[in-house]
Parts: sequence; structure tokens; C-alpha cells
Amino acid sequence: MRWSFALLLIAIASAVAVGASTSKLWEQVPVKDHARINPFANQPEAISAGSLVYREHCQQCHKANAEGDGHKRPSLRSQRIHMANDGDIEWFLRQGDVRHGMPSWSSLPEAQRWQLVAYLRSIQ
Amino acid sequence: MEVPILRSKSLLKSIWLGSWLSFCFAILLSTARAQDKPYFVTYSHDLEEPGNLEIETKTALGQPDGGNRYGATAMELEYGTRAWWTTELYLDGQATGSDSTIFTGWRLENRLRPLIRDHVVNPVFYVEYENTSGADKTILEFVGHDSQSDLAPPNATLRRDHQHEAELKLILSSNLHDWNVSENFITEKNLGHAPWEFGYALGAARPLRSAGSARECTFCADKFIAGIEAYGGLGDTFALTIRDTSHYIAPLIGWQLPKGVRLSFSPGFGLTDSSLARVYRVGAAYEFNQIGNWFHASNGGGE
Repeated sequence: MRWSFALLLIAIASAVAVGASTSKLWEQVPVKDHARINPFANQPEAISAGSLVYREHCQQCHKANAEGDGHKRPSLRSQRIHMANDGDIEWFLRQGDVRHGMPSWSSLPEAQRWQLVAYLRSIQ
Repeated sequence: MEVPILRSKSLLKSIWLGSWLSFCFAILLSTARAQDKPYFVTYSHDLEEPGNLEIETKTALGQPDGGNRYGATAMELEYGTRAWWTTELYLDGQATGSDSTIFTGWRLENRLRPLIRDHVVNPVFYVEYENTSGADKTILEFVGHDSQSDLAPPNATLRRDHQHEAELKLILSSNLHDWNVSENFITEKNLGHAPWEFGYALGAARPLRSAGSARECTFCADKFIAGIEAYGGLGDTFALTIRDTSHYIAPLIGWQLPKGVRLSFSPGFGLTDSSLARVYRVGAAYEFNQIGNWFHASNGGGE
């Protein structure tokens, strides 16, 4: 009984921690970036172009199915991505997470970053 | 006189053959895609993606006044150690017409990005150690009073001079809309003797089209990046002046081919008497993705 209670506590703590880190990441997004609208949202052509951008630059780490490796390369079909809006994701692509191995993609043209966002949305 | 020429030709053939075999091998092994600005001298704040290895050759073709035509190649092995740290090894060689083909030395460089976030201006620190001979003609940077006359003497004379040099660069780079604008401030010191030398490199480049194509294509405008570079020397601590220094302006174009190969070309035009009248640069790059995974195939699976 004591073990079950301990496991339940750990599970709750983990869920809270994941939720907190997710919301913490998107809380860092500046208001003006959060408010940006994807000019390519839901456009089939842009989604196709975004899939090519994904294949070119993202697939090597996040894998063809976008589910990552379960370790350092996280899944992109996740609650974290689902919770974010397009502006948040574009901001994150531009900034990267250099400390944890995700490069900044500010070198990609802005239109291609939005196409990538459209693609990531389409696979959620 | 015939013997050195024949030797030069056979060595040149070996270099070409070796380079092409490396590239063919690379293409067969992977479908990775390199992506970078097509600068030859200027650095932007783009670092190699962690775990990737890029192999690039940068060749400079020129002819100094009073000297023979030459082709000098730097083979660059660039590895993304961390997302904020890229390390590179250069192997340099050159072939001079009616002279010889020689290996001219190596360089080891590191680029470190101190700021985690992307800013309007992004600094990168560059630290390099060079162990080259005076016959190195790859001219990957111009500092101090570097002049075309340094390139004119025969290889046998030039290679007697050994250069152990440390080079520091402050790279400042911005991505503004689809433009990349980069400024490099260079300082170099021969560790044996000689003063600190200074130089600069400036570059601006952008893709011909911003949006990506919805289908795979080779000749789409978004596969091409065009730009311009300017670079030159700024004197040294003995004579901090731009008198007798070399300066160049060089338009450039990069082309992202299928199968991960990137080609770039840049004709450079000398702006002063100390500069080569023209220097043509050709680059070819290939990127191997996640080479660490080759040794840990079971970890996370393939692509």
C-alpha cells in the first residue's frame, strides 16, 4: 500500500514537472512573437514545402515520423507542440535551445520556418 | 625542367581523383543536405549542427604579378561538437604552374557561440592555430600587409618559411528578414616573431527565393543563395595603416544540389596594387548527418 502511494506521488510529481516545463518554455515567448500569425497556415502547398524542409533539416534528429529517439531528441508529436500556437513554434525554431543541442534555425528564411510550422501542425 | 612539371601534373591528378572519390563515397553513404552561406572568407554565426560532419573544399585560383598561375585547396573537416561549439581541421595544399604541387600545412579552429539566444547581432568567438608554410596560397583571410608579391616566389623558396600562428576573430552576424549580414574582425599573431596583424571580412547574402518549393527540384530559386563579400588587411601593430594592404570585393553564388552537395563560386576582384587582380574561388561541400550514430546504430534507430 505504501509503495502504491509512493508510485502515485512520483507519477503526479512527474506530470506536474512536465506540465511546468512545457508551460515554462512557452512563457518565455515575447508577446509580439506569440501574437504572430502563420501566413501559410493550413495551406496544402506550404505543408508539402514544410515537409521537405523538415526532411532536409529536422529528420536527422527527430526521425522521419517526428517521434524523436525518446531520449535527447524529443518527439514533435507531443503535448508541448500541441499546446503552443504558431507564433510560439516559429519563435522557438528561430531561437533553438542551444544548451540542450537544438540549433537556432534563424538561418532558414522566415517563409520556410512558417512552412515548417504549418507542417508540424499538420502532423499533430 | 620537365621533371617538376610532370611531377606537378601527376600530383594534381591524384588530388583531383582523391577529392572526387571522397565525394562519390559521401554521396553513396548518405542523403544528408548541407546548408550554409556560400561565403569563402567571411564567417556567419551559423555553426555546424551537433553531431554532423561537413567536408568542404575551398579552392582559390589566381596569378600574382611576376608569378605563375596557381590553384590552392583547403580541405575542411567541420564537426558540430555542441550546438554552441564547432571545431574544424583544415588541410591545405597548392599546385603552381611550372613549379610543384605541395602540402602546405594544417589549421585547427574552434568557433564558440557565447549567447544562448538569437539576437539582432550575434557574436561568435573564433580561435585558430595554424601550422603552415609560407607557400600556403589558400588565402582564407587577409591580414596585415599581405600582398600578391608574397605569392610570387617559387614554392621551394616559400616553403622554407614556417608559420606557427594564432588567429582570433570576432564574428558578428545578423539575420535580417532573409538577409544574412556578417562582419568579422581578424587579428593574427605569428607565435615566433612579427607583430599582431589585423584584417576584416564583411559579407551579405540571401536566397533568391524565401519560400521553399512544394516539390523536390534542383533549379528552383530557393536552392540558390547570392551575395557579396569584401575582405582585406588593416595593417599591423608596427604600421597600423591600410597603405600597402590588399582589399577585395567578391560577388558569390551558392547552389544547393540534390543528395546533399553544395557548390559555391566567387570571383574576387582586387582593389589595390597589393591585391591579386582577380582570384576565383570554387567550393564544394557535403554534410554527413549524425556521424556519432554510425557507431551507436541501435540507439534510437535510423532515419
